[in-house]
Amino acid sequence: MVDITPRAADAIAPAEVPDVELYHPHSWWTTYVFSQDAKVIAIQYAGTAMAIGMVALVLSWLMRLQLGFPGTFDFITPEAYYQFVTMHGMIMVIYLLTALFLGGFGNYLIPLMVGARDMVFPYVNMLSYWIYLLAVLVLVASFFAPGGPTGAGWTLYPPQAILSGTPGGQQAGILLMLASLILFIIGFTMGGLNYVVTVLQGRTRGMTLMRMPLTVWGIFTATVMALLAFPALFVACVMMLFDRLLGTSFFMPALVEMGEQLSYGGGSPILFQHLFWFFGHPEVYIVALPAFGIVSDLISTHARKNIFGYRMMVWAIVGIGALSFIVWAHHMYVSGMHPWFGFFFATTTLIIAIPTAIKVYNWVLTLWRGDIHLTIPMLFALAFIVTFVNGGLTGLFLGNVVVDVPLSDTMFVVAHFHMVMGVAPIMVVFGAIYHWYPKITGRMFSEWMGQFHFWVTFVGAYAIFFPMHYVGLVGVPRRYPELGETAFIPDSVHTLNAFITVAALIVGFAQLVFLFNMLWSLRYGRDAGGNPWRATSLEWQTPTTPPPHGNWGKQVPLVYRWAYDYSVPGAPQDFIAQNDPWPGKAAPA
Amino acid sequence: MAETTVTHTGIPRPEGLRGVAADWSSDQRAFKNVSWGKAMMWIFLLSDTFIFGCFLLSYMTARMSTKVPWPNPSEVFALHIGGQNIPLILIAIMTFVLISSSGTMAMAVNFGYRRDRRKTAILMLLTAVLGATFVGMQAFEWTKLISEGVRPWGNPWGAAQFGSSFFMITGFHGTHVTFGVIFLLIIARKVWRGDYDTGRRGFFTSRKGNYESVEIMGLYWHFVDLVWVFIFAFFYLW
Repeated sequence: MVDITPRAADAIAPAEVPDVELYHPHSWWTTYVFSQDAKVIAIQYAGTAMAIGMVALVLSWLMRLQLGFPGTFDFITPEAYYQFVTMHGMIMVIYLLTALFLGGFGNYLIPLMVGARDMVFPYVNMLSYWIYLLAVLVLVASFFAPGGPTGAGWTLYPPQAILSGTPGGQQAGILLMLASLILFIIGFTMGGLNYVVTVLQGRTRGMTLMRMPLTVWGIFTATVMALLAFPALFVACVMMLFDRLLGTSFFMPALVEMGEQLSYGGGSPILFQHLFWFFGHPEVYIVALPAFGIVSDLISTHARKNIFGYRMMVWAIVGIGALSFIVWAHHMYVSGMHPWFGFFFATTTLIIAIPTAIKVYNWVLTLWRGDIHLTIPMLFALAFIVTFVNGGLTGLFLGNVVVDVPLSDTMFVVAHFHMVMGVAPIMVVFGAIYHWYPKITGRMFSEWMGQFHFWVTFVGAYAIFFPMHYVGLVGVPRRYPELGETAFIPDSVHTLNAFITVAALIVGFAQLVFLFNMLWSLRYGRDAGGNPWRATSLEWQTPTTPPPHGNWGKQVPLVYRWAYDYSVPGAPQDFIAQNDPWPGKAAPA
Repeated sequence: MAETTVTHTGIPRPEGLRGVAADWSSDQRAFKNVSWGKAMMWIFLLSDTFIFGCFLLSYMTARMSTKVPWPNPSEVFALHIGGQNIPLILIAIMTFVLISSSGTMAMAVNFGYRRDRRKTAILMLLTAVLGATFVGMQAFEWTKLISEGVRPWGNPWGAAQFGSSFFMITGFHGTHVTFGVIFLLIIARKVWRGDYDTGRRGFFTSRKGNYESVEIMGLYWHFVDLVWVFIFAFFYLW
């Protein structure tokens, strides 16, 4: 890498920004509850996200019980099934993954990795979490509202989303859902502005953009995308709220319901789909890009090798982020839009395969002849790569109009997006939690519990989603609570459905081992030391572990190199920390 | 950021585009001499642009795809003054008021950097008054239309989406103006009290402010004006 300067001290620019004044909390409440410290906010975000994620996990069990053993469970009515589908999808995509990657990992890692003392606006950052929590509470409230939560599907397509035939459509369900989303977007914007400004304007001396760890690049790009994509969802939510509450007809065509002509007329359901997917497709990469970034760092650290093609990795992240804004209508091939649009969007969709493939090749080339340590984070990182390639390949099927049309709305689609944006990012979430757990808590997790968790989750996820591809290919539609005696569906589908359900139950229970491991190790784990993985990036170089409020003690670190100096020939150790001036002398503070 | 000194990093930078790239990716700050607050406001406005963009595009989609005739804005927004209908007269006055308030805001920013507390505060108050006048005239316009039978779900002259879009877009913009007026008053008070000279800490954030807050407030205010120009062009003039 050209960025290693032999006379490192000379290349450090003088300070442009005076050291920040931190708000110092005076009480227990302002230290641990209404905290302005990004690390505490990160843990609050992650805890809330995982708690609501457990709800979504239970909902997926209930769905699988119904699909695997239809008719056995009386309380799972078709209406309840739709509600489970909807809430499972919405929670997993937005309230778990988006909140966890950006609010959780973003808050914890960005300030530490760029050498800042905190986010640039800690107070706004704190508000961001509390509004997110409010959004989650409103979402949870819909479970207890009359009529239950909305059952419109996570895409909330009108007109059915606000009609009486859909659970929650004419009750509180859809209203609470829309209100919760609007709150989430407001809260996220507050946090997102912080993450972006911290990365752009709050870095320490020597930390150029092209020396940032890829984790920061991934989270940064995803946040910029979220700030530009969430507005479309915000507008769609506001308009649907008006359609439902004020009787406007933005999305509502003239229609007859239960033999009665409704007062709606002249609106466009397709308009909602455009708005939704203008948010929805970037959302896929809002979840994927932080995962890309984190997995790059995990692989480089645990294979003791510099990341292959760092610049290409950065440009691939930025390129994927930009391209993802012009592919949204590939979710709408069967919506009846003009075929030329299908041609355009299929082309742009397939172009995304290029930067994505660059990333996969670079991960594999980073592994090639590396000193691979099969630690728990590394196992999850490897699992991510294979799963992502799997999900990406079925994406090629669905990205082409002619192949997508017969596969649309089958279980094949469900299998595809669960592989590519369900299982793959979750693998990174687990890998990242295991990787940074020693830094967050100062203690090591239990290795054997981690191994158990990994193998059950990894093999189990394939047991769940591989058969689903086959089920979809023979034509089983998604979102059907029961298949009944359908002639074209072979018996093997029913057998597989039962098999998938059992696998899902096992994988779900394995997550309890993960949670137990995290809690048990908090108390009984062995002392991890400051840098157990012998990693280079700044968060491992803090004066104490866990890092104190303000992160760095008296002096913020000076950065002399990129984050990937592993196994450098001639160096005293097999890694050189970013703030290590070797072989030069330290710059004056 | 009262003094805008050009940053000297001590490291020679290449010329031309390479210099731009080098500055961008250099350490500490991508945008030299841009404070955190100002960067945050710019990025927020970029995000907000997408919100208004989505609102306007949705309105245009509705207007282009409806089979029912769209009410003629020149007639709907005419006022009967002195025995004849003058098209768009109220909107013209509203636009004039709002654009003028951008002028007073720009002057307030100027006097802020001259540390002229009194003139800054007065000009900000004047901006707030003009903003409130705008919102007041909007309230009058809404009242008039409602009394003529325009509702979010229908109106006497044609496509129901006319009223829906009108109330939604002007309402969302009016909310922006209202929030702007509130923050103008808050910052004008801080200027008047001399918070930015004495380094008094904010009530919520416990951080010291400075006169740049006036400029950041101005960014928001000019943005709200600019959005109005687009609403004016696409909703009233089309």
